[in-house]
Amino acid sequence: MATTDKEVNELIKREYEHGFVTDIEADTFEPGLNEDVIRRLSAIKGEPEFMVEWRLKAYRRWLEMDEPDWAHVGYPKIDYNAISYYSAPKRPEDMPQSLDEVDPELLRTYEKLGIPLHEREKLAGVAVDAVFDSVSVATTFKEPLAKAGVIFCSISEAVRDYPELVQKYLGSVVPHGDNFFAGLNSAVFSDGTFVYVPKGVRCPMELSTYFRINAANTGQFERTLIIADEGSYVSYLEGCTAPMRDENQLHAAVVELVALDDAQIKYSTVQNWYPGDENGKGGIFNFVTKRGAAIGKNSKISWTQVETGSAVTWKYPSCILRGENSVGEFYSVALTHNYQQADTGTKMIHLGKNTSSTIISKGISAGKSSNAYRGLVKFGPGADGARNYTQCDSLLIGDRCGAHTFPYIESKNKSAIVEHEATTSKVSDEQMFLCRQRGIDPEQAVSMIVNGFCKEVFRELPMEFAVEAGKLLEVSLEGSVG
Amino acid sequence: MLSIKDLHASIEGKEILKGINLEIRAGEVHAIMGPNGSGKSTLSQVLAGNEAFAVTSGEVTLNGENLLELETEERAREGIFLAFQYPVEIPGVSNLQFLRTSVNAMRTHRGEKEMNAAEFMKLAKEVSRQVDLDPAFLKRGVNEGFSGGEKKRNELMQALLLQPKLAILDETDSGLDIDALKVVADGVNALRAEDRAIMMVTHYQRLLNHIVPDYVHVLAGGRIIKSGGRELALELEEKGYGWLGIKEDAAEAAN
Ligand SMILES: Nc1ncnc2c1ncn2[C@@H]1O[C@H](COP(=O)(O)OP(=O)(O)O)[C@@H](O)[C@H]1O
Ligand SMILES: [Mg+2]
Repeated sequence: MATTDKEVNELIKREYEHGFVTDIEADTFEPGLNEDVIRRLSAIKGEPEFMVEWRLKAYRRWLEMDEPDWAHVGYPKIDYNAISYYSAPKRPEDMPQSLDEVDPELLRTYEKLGIPLHEREKLAGVAVDAVFDSVSVATTFKEPLAKAGVIFCSISEAVRDYPELVQKYLGSVVPHGDNFFAGLNSAVFSDGTFVYVPKGVRCPMELSTYFRINAANTGQFERTLIIADEGSYVSYLEGCTAPMRDENQLHAAVVELVALDDAQIKYSTVQNWYPGDENGKGGIFNFVTKRGAAIGKNSKISWTQVETGSAVTWKYPSCILRGENSVGEFYSVALTHNYQQADTGTKMIHLGKNTSSTIISKGISAGKSSNAYRGLVKFGPGADGARNYTQCDSLLIGDRCGAHTFPYIESKNKSAIVEHEATTSKVSDEQMFLCRQRGIDPEQAVSMIVNGFCKEVFRELPMEFAVEAGKLLEVSLEGSVG
Repeated sequence: MLSIKDLHASIEGKEILKGINLEIRAGEVHAIMGPNGSGKSTLSQVLAGNEAFAVTSGEVTLNGENLLELETEERAREGIFLAFQYPVEIPGVSNLQFLRTSVNAMRTHRGEKEMNAAEFMKLAKEVSRQVDLDPAFLKRGVNEGFSGGEKKRNELMQALLLQPKLAILDETDSGLDIDALKVVADGVNALRAEDRAIMMVTHYQRLLNHIVPDYVHVLAGGRIIKSGGRELALELEEKGYGWLGIKEDAAEAAN
């Protein structure tokens, strides 16, 4: 690892040093974590009593937990008392006043991604006039959603406005004691998204954090909760695809999905946090817990992820298939370059009868990166007739990177059927020669070959996302040849 | 157009081309014949710029320009096309996407506007019919699961699409049945043009019944040991390579 403990802690600290407003006491917290900090955080957010207790319970549990070290990643130890757990939004006068003041490298990337100018400003943290386009965008979309009865708001609002739903489902899929990072998130989560789709409703549009006004500034500890009531359907797109290069931080999010009888949730992510530079300096530590509970019969939860960013990724979007005939899917593209490390995969926990799951994982490693797939397929005693199909492919670019596959299968039911296929291939010299002989640039050739390799996953993404994901691969692979 | 002077090339320290001299002018068709392992594919690949081979000495110019200084993709954009003897598969990348990327790379190089998907589709369909390939092949992965004959026709289709200055066809005729051979021969004849040269590597003289070459060269042991007109091919067919003092078996054993 090229970064030292000190540097990382500095980087983590840097965010709050820049971000907060020193003269307004209540807007910023001193670094450090204790019960008092949590109480203050909850009070500032105007949370009801149950929420404070919930957070404190999580905190006490977290104190007893150890940071996991089993993943195939290495990073310097994080000092959790060096982090500030609440910081007010940046003051306009502290932000860059125009694009001229923004890192040109960053702008070049935005340009390549085809992000409109006003979006670029917003993403780069430029103090644009408060009347964003997205305000009108957001209100346009609010109407059809309200008509359909869909609730789509920040989790902070939900805690205040829909306490029954939050109390019933928050932590029902990822409990406090689930893992170290989830425990920390439960104690200190800053904001996130809440979605509730009522019975029988097909959500009239794709929901996305991109359309939420505060999306660009969601915190390091996001919390997302999506509930699809009986017979409903929702597709949720997460993550702005733009690289947040100015932020070096620990990102420990929790996402919980709940699907009741005959409900379907499709959750797509394109993750492109700052991966660190070509020498492995900086970048986000992305330690995320994502889990869906298919608790109703015939329910379905489908995860699609394209992971190209972050210095270290530790992420296993999972499905608990409790309902009879429930279905879990996981489609993943994980790309690592330079010194990036990814340990990602899924868990499919089959509990109900005739449950089925599909796992398609595509890992791409370039540079000196390390890319691991880790998957667990588990069949409980009641999972009669359950099935899983896993396909796990790795593609290597160059010969200094690594790909690893760790499939685990646990079965307590003899009738369960598992199929597993795995391949490892390289972008071959012959393929490159063919492309170049046809006049295609080496970089474009690699990106085309990699896109072809990822096709089965990309076709699961909503159209616009698939296009962006393709472009993103191209940008992320820059400098991987030659 | 193409001028090769005393070209030596090796792979993994083993010298394969041992002094090739060849002049090809615009409008001409040259057939390169010779036993297996004599260096025909090596010559083709070296001209196209395959970096697996090291050029140790000699000179190659294309219209007076030093070809050896150019990157593979630059040579391609200058109009060098190679139809591969063993085309490689690119899984998941559709033929259509691959070809459009290629055509647009060439167009961009020439300062022309890129073709959009619809325009390109129309063109690609026409050309695929010309080589008797079902346009459905355009949607399949590049060479993915193609039969030997389909791969060859796919290569020829690309030559027709890209309209190169110098087309190097490496055994585009091998492994084809009579009907397919006729299709390929028609395709090559369609490619013939005043301002285009064709270098056709073939193991068999039978193709030359359909495509009449201007010159025939026999390559053996990394050297051109005999050149002539089309009658040389007929003579070779009649008398075999033994006639030129080449032991065909020995050449193959060297593989
Ligand atoms: N990639 C390679 N590695 C090692 N030897 C090679 C390679 N390619 C070709 N050769 C050798 O070079 C010689 C010429 O091969 P080639 O050019 O393919 O002949 P031809 O096309 O005339 O049959 C053969 O001895 C062959 O074994
Ligand atoms: Mg050959």
